[in-house]
Amino acid sequence: MSDTHAQTVAFVRDTMLPPEPPPVSESGAVKWLRENLFSGPLNIALTLLGLFILWLLFSTLWPWLSHSVWNANSMAECREIIAAAHGPDASGGCFAVIKHRWNQFVFGFYPVDLYWRPVLAFGALFLALAPVLFADSPLARRIVTGTAAVLTFAIAAVLGAGGLELAAIAVLLLAWILLIEMRGDLALVATLLYPFLAVWLLWGGTLWEPLMALAGFVIGFVIWRALSAYGMFAFAAAVLAAVLWWLLLSDLVARGIAAILPMRLVPVSSDQFGGFVLSITIGVAGIALSLPLGIVLALARRSDLPIIKTMAVLFIEFIRGVPLITLLFVASLLLNYFMPPGTNFDIILRVIIMVTLFASAYMAEVIRGGLAALPKGQYEAADALGLDYWKAQRLVILPQALKISIPGIVSTFIGMFKDTTLVVFVGLFDPLKAMSDTIRASFEWKGAYWEPYIFVGAIFFILCFGMSRYSMYLERRLKRDHR
Amino acid sequence: MAMQAQTQPAEAAIEISRLNKWYGTFHVLRDIDLNVAKGERIVIAGPSGSGKSTLIRCINRLEEHQAGRIVVDGTELTNDLKNIDKVRSEVGMVFQHFNLFPHLTILENCTLAPIWVRKIPKREAEETAMQFLEKVKIPEQANKYPGQLSGGQQQRVAIARSLCMRPRIMLFDEPTSALDPEMIKEVLDTMIELAEDGMTMLCVTHEMGFAQAVAHRVIFMDQGQIVEQNTPTEFFNNPQSDRTKLFLSQILGH
Repeated sequence: MSDTHAQTVAFVRDTMLPPEPPPVSESGAVKWLRENLFSGPLNIALTLLGLFILWLLFSTLWPWLSHSVWNANSMAECREIIAAAHGPDASGGCFAVIKHRWNQFVFGFYPVDLYWRPVLAFGALFLALAPVLFADSPLARRIVTGTAAVLTFAIAAVLGAGGLELAAIAVLLLAWILLIEMRGDLALVATLLYPFLAVWLLWGGTLWEPLMALAGFVIGFVIWRALSAYGMFAFAAAVLAAVLWWLLLSDLVARGIAAILPMRLVPVSSDQFGGFVLSITIGVAGIALSLPLGIVLALARRSDLPIIKTMAVLFIEFIRGVPLITLLFVASLLLNYFMPPGTNFDIILRVIIMVTLFASAYMAEVIRGGLAALPKGQYEAADALGLDYWKAQRLVILPQALKISIPGIVSTFIGMFKDTTLVVFVGLFDPLKAMSDTIRASFEWKGAYWEPYIFVGAIFFILCFGMSRYSMYLERRLKRDHR
Repeated sequence: MAMQAQTQPAEAAIEISRLNKWYGTFHVLRDIDLNVAKGERIVIAGPSGSGKSTLIRCINRLEEHQAGRIVVDGTELTNDLKNIDKVRSEVGMVFQHFNLFPHLTILENCTLAPIWVRKIPKREAEETAMQFLEKVKIPEQANKYPGQLSGGQQQRVAIARSLCMRPRIMLFDEPTSALDPEMIKEVLDTMIELAEDGMTMLCVTHEMGFAQAVAHRVIFMDQGQIVEQNTPTEFFNNPQSDRTKLFLSQILGH
């Protein structure tokens, strides 16, 4: 080996290189344009074609939008205004129908003097959700709860709630926000109680009815805890006790207490619901119920117990295999045949049950995907530490599986929420079809086709886009691995 | 030579007799007899597919056996879920791929089972966890997530997580096989320290230096059977069966 060779091979670094920032790449709009829009002849042609199509769309739609009228009392008046301003042949949107019939779009046929009740129920929904949705971001939580409370109060006042009602709303909202800020653990209990409050606000009647329904859950829970040493038997006993309570006693007790202390709101029947109040009621209930049911179904489908697994598979495949409309028809027509004569099983409740079952089948498959994506080692590590099945699922498996499934879960939520418009087929007044038809059926708004559809579509878009953005926020927040 | 196992002190931590297991029709464990005394440290070696991992996974019933008896610390492993959970809470296991819970911090990984299985108050469980994290020399990582740690650190956390349950027996399933050479030593050092404390250990590993340093007994498996077992000195210097000689020549050859 020659000396020169040895010199070229041997090398000892005496100083380590410090890390340097990456080179600042040339940037700017021109570079972006050149790289993305005009990088070659084909791309130039496609860019120009795209611009042309955009121009076509814009030049067709813009006059209609820019001529639109927001203040008028009928379709005819709209047309007169447009003709006067832009010439006899001009066309234009008549969004005055939205302004004129706004309350009908939002509240359906809900009694006008009771509008504050759905408003309060909707506002309180955010107070119930904020501690859960923004668990580790007090700032976001405060913004949401504060805005919801102020808007709820203001809207209720504008819609003509009486002084007593306004005072009650203010006390409720303030107390709830204080509870969230001072006692976060109790706020979660308030969240669990929210559904019963919402039912009472929306349908009215005596507060004791939803409270006695709640009592059924409490009775079941107490019995389950008391007998927990007996395993499955305790669970069966708890379910049986709760069902017996609901079927036999709860009405009686509710009426008994109501006779002494009424706690009554004016009752509103289900056929007075309509518009977005209906959609959001069904949507929120379906979302809240289909997630837990979907988790149970997904776990059942992955269970080692053959009977449970078969039942889950049959349920999921059957429900996914039929159109939602079929289930809604079953809810509206067939269920009554199976009920004892004289029972009045609320139509909205029936629809909520069917929508929940439908969404939960999809939910189960989405969550099953998340469960399957977890490495087997996670199950083994949980087992090896001595965690039993339920603890392993709750503490190790589901937190990870649900996180993986967030995009799919939120997709299912969004799909289900939009599907609530299908309730038009069982005679309920959804905002998109039934409510628009009703408004068009009136003499003054005959011919308003585009505007209600655009408006309702826009509202659905805002709500669904909100859910989508939240899911992205949640994914970012739960991101754990820095790989 | 093979009788040496029976001459160990009478107090048995694990008694395995005529253990058989099949995967479908594949006979993966054949008539395994093995007694492990309290405080004994056993290294199980063998070519891949010889059933050594399956054997130690049977001891906490991550794998179910079809014939034979396994008694761990006086509890026989059957289909009784209560017994299985009892055994699992007494037997710690460390995996090849660490299997830390990525959604929990290091500290939460270590306190999860003590809090939910042993019902130890959270504060006490955290104190214990910090003690063991100090023992494996990474207390400063307690509030990080597993994804932020190196492989060697993760494996040491996995050991600490098992120790937090204060197990009587520790199983190691190729704990260093997924690690870079530089990280193998830090994990082996932790295991040696554990051995010095008198923990009963069963370790599936290819680290023959570790076997020589800490094992009371080396077991060599092939085709689902125990082919040879002996003290490390005898095993490495004076192997008896041809299969063992071949294996040793291959792994120690270079």
